[in-house]
Amino acid sequence: MIRRIFRAAVDAFEERTGLIKFFNDVMKHPVPPNTGWLYVFGSAVLVAFMMQVVTGIALATRYVASSGSAYQVLEFITYKAVLGNFLRGMHFFGASAMILLVGIHMIQVFLMGCYKYPREFNWVSGVCLLFITIAMGFSGQLLRWDQTAVWATVLAAEMIGRTPLIGKYLARFLLGGNTLGGATLSRFFAFHVFFLPATIFALVALHLYLVIHDGISAPPVPGEKVNPKTYHADYEKLLKEHGVPFWPDAAWRDVVVAVGVVLTIAGLAYFVGPPALGQPPNPSLVANDPRPDWYMLWYFAVLALLPRGMESVFMIAAPLSAIVFLLLVPVLWNKGERHPSRRPWAVAAVLMIVLSIVGFWIEGSISPWSPNFDAQPLSASMVGTNSPPIVVGAQLFHDKGCEFCHTIDGRGGMRGPDLTEVAHRLTVDDLRIKIANGGGNMPSFASVLTREELDDLVSFLESRVTLPQPHPPTARGADAPAFAGAAPSRKLPAHEPLAQAGRASDF
Amino acid sequence: MANEPETPRAGEGLDPERRRFMARLSIALSAVAAAIVGIPVIGFILGPLIAPEPDVWRAVGPVDKFKPGETVSVSFLDPSPMAWAGVTAMTAAWLRRRESGDFVAFAVNCAHLGCPVRWLPQAGLFMCPCHGGVYYADGSVAAGPPPRGLFKYPVRVRDGQVEILASAVPIE
Repeated sequence: MIRRIFRAAVDAFEERTGLIKFFNDVMKHPVPPNTGWLYVFGSAVLVAFMMQVVTGIALATRYVASSGSAYQVLEFITYKAVLGNFLRGMHFFGASAMILLVGIHMIQVFLMGCYKYPREFNWVSGVCLLFITIAMGFSGQLLRWDQTAVWATVLAAEMIGRTPLIGKYLARFLLGGNTLGGATLSRFFAFHVFFLPATIFALVALHLYLVIHDGISAPPVPGEKVNPKTYHADYEKLLKEHGVPFWPDAAWRDVVVAVGVVLTIAGLAYFVGPPALGQPPNPSLVANDPRPDWYMLWYFAVLALLPRGMESVFMIAAPLSAIVFLLLVPVLWNKGERHPSRRPWAVAAVLMIVLSIVGFWIEGSISPWSPNFDAQPLSASMVGTNSPPIVVGAQLFHDKGCEFCHTIDGRGGMRGPDLTEVAHRLTVDDLRIKIANGGGNMPSFASVLTREELDDLVSFLESRVTLPQPHPPTARGADAPAFAGAAPSRKLPAHEPLAQAGRASDF
Repeated sequence: MANEPETPRAGEGLDPERRRFMARLSIALSAVAAAIVGIPVIGFILGPLIAPEPDVWRAVGPVDKFKPGETVSVSFLDPSPMAWAGVTAMTAAWLRRRESGDFVAFAVNCAHLGCPVRWLPQAGLFMCPCHGGVYYADGSVAAGPPPRGLFKYPVRVRDGQVEILASAVPIE
C-alpha cells in the first residue's frame, strides 16, 4: 500500500517535471571505454568546490563583514565557536585543494589534448574558472582580516594601480575608497561570497553542459589525429560499439577520489588546522612581514626577482598574456595529435611551467631577499675574541643592519652574500670601499659610519678568517651578545660620519 | 460575421512584420528594465570613483614631542574614517624633525608594492620586509626593487601641533 502510494507520487512528480529521466539520461550517458584514473580530476574539483560552498555558508552564519569587528569574529570562530577551528581548516584546505586540483585538471586536459575540437569552448570556460578560483582564494585570504590580509590588500591595490591610465581608479575601486578602511572588507566579502561564487556556479553549469553536449573525450591514442571533418562520426561509432554508461562504469572512480578529497581535507583540517591568525588589522603597525598564502607564494617570489624597472610592465602584461595565451590554445592547436608522446613541445611547456612555479615557490618560501629583522647580535663565542676593534665591529655589524642582510657563521640574513669568509675574497681596501660606497644592490654606509667605526667593522670581518673557528655555544652564557658580556667597553668614537666629513672618497 | 475581426488560428501567430516588431519591443523593454536596475547598482558600486574623499590635515602631536634629528612612527586617522572601520581607519607615517627644525613625513608604504617599511635608526635606512626594498634616510632608493623613493606627505605646524595631510594610499 505504502509502496503503491510512493510509486504514484514519484510518477506524478516525473510526469510534471521530467527530472528523473533527465537525471538518468545524464548519469547513464555513454562514455568512451577505459577512461581510467586520469579522468577524475574534474569531478574532484567540483567536490572541493561544493565543500567550499557548504563550509563557506556555515562560516558566513557567524562572520561579520565589518572592518572593525571581523578580526574579533575570526578569533571567536577559531578559539570559541563549536567546531569553528575545524570548519575554518576545512575551508582553508578546501580552497587549497581546489586550486591544486584545478591546476592538475588543466594539465591533464592539456597533455591529453582534450581541449581540441569540438571541446574548445569547454577549455575556455575552464580557463575562466581557473582565474576565478584564484580570485576566490585571494579574496578569501583577505576575509581573514588580520595584518597579512590588510597588507595583501594594499599590495593588490598597488599592483592593479600600475595599470596604465586607469590604474588609480581600479585601485580605488578595489579598496572601496582612497584608503583601506570601512568599505574595503565588505567589498571583498561581497565578491567572495556572492559575485565570484555566482560566476563559478554559472561557469560550472556551462562546463558540465558542454561535457554532456560534446561527450567525454576518448583516451588519446598515438597516431589517432583529431580531424574536425570526421570527428563526430568517429566518436559516435566509438560510443555505439564500445561506449559504457557513465554511471557506474566510469563514475565509481570519481566517487573514490571524491571521498579521498573529502577525507584528506578533513584530516588536514583536524590535524594541521587553519592558518594562525596574525596581528589585528591595524595599518599603522609597521612591524609586519606580510606573506601570501602558499598558492601565491611563487608569484610573490617572481615580483622580488624581476629586474628593477620591469615589474610595472610584468605585473600587468604577464597575467594578461597568460589569459590570452590560454584562451588561444584551442584556437591555435585544435586538431592533429592528442597523445602526449607525439606532442613533445606540449610536454616541455608543461614541465617548464610546473618546474618554474615550483622553483619560484621554494624561493618564495625562503625569501632570501627579505632582511632578517630578527637577527640577534653575534654571541661572544661566535665573535671569538675580546679584542676591542673586533668586538666593537661585531656589534656594529648588527647595529648598522649589516646582519639583517648578511650571514656570519650561519646567523643573519640571506639578502647579501655570506660574509663569513669575505676576507678571502676582498682586501681590506676593497671592504672599505664596498661598505662606504655600497653598490650592486647594497646601500652606501658612508653617512652613518665614522672612519673608526669602518675600521672596526673591517677588522671584525677580517677576523672571521684569521681567528680560530668559533666554539659552539655550549657553555652557560656563552651565547650572550658579545658586546654585553666580557668584552671590553671601548667607547665608540663620536666622530662625524664619513660622508659628512668628506672622507668617503678616501676609501 | 464578415465584419468580425480575424483572430489568428492556432499555429499561425502574428504576421512576420508584427512579430519582428514585438520581438524588438520586448528586447528594448527588457533593456530599459535592466538599465533601471543596473545603473543605480553600478553607480553604487563605483561610488568611490565618482565621489572620492578629500584629503584632511591630521594632528600627530605637539612640536616639542619630536626631537631634532629623530625619525619616529606616527599614527593618525585616515582621511575618510568610517564609523565601523575600527583600527583599520588608522594609518601611519615616518615623521622626522630635521636638525633645522622643519618636518618631513614619509609614507610607510614601500614604493615597490606598498608593504610597510621599517626605520633602522642606527643604520639610517628604511627597509621593506616583503621584497627587500631599501631607502636612505632622505627616502631615496638605496637598494632593491622600488622604482622610486618613498612617497612623502605634506606636513605643517599649526597652533604648536604637527599636522600631516592624510591622503590616499600612495599608488603610482
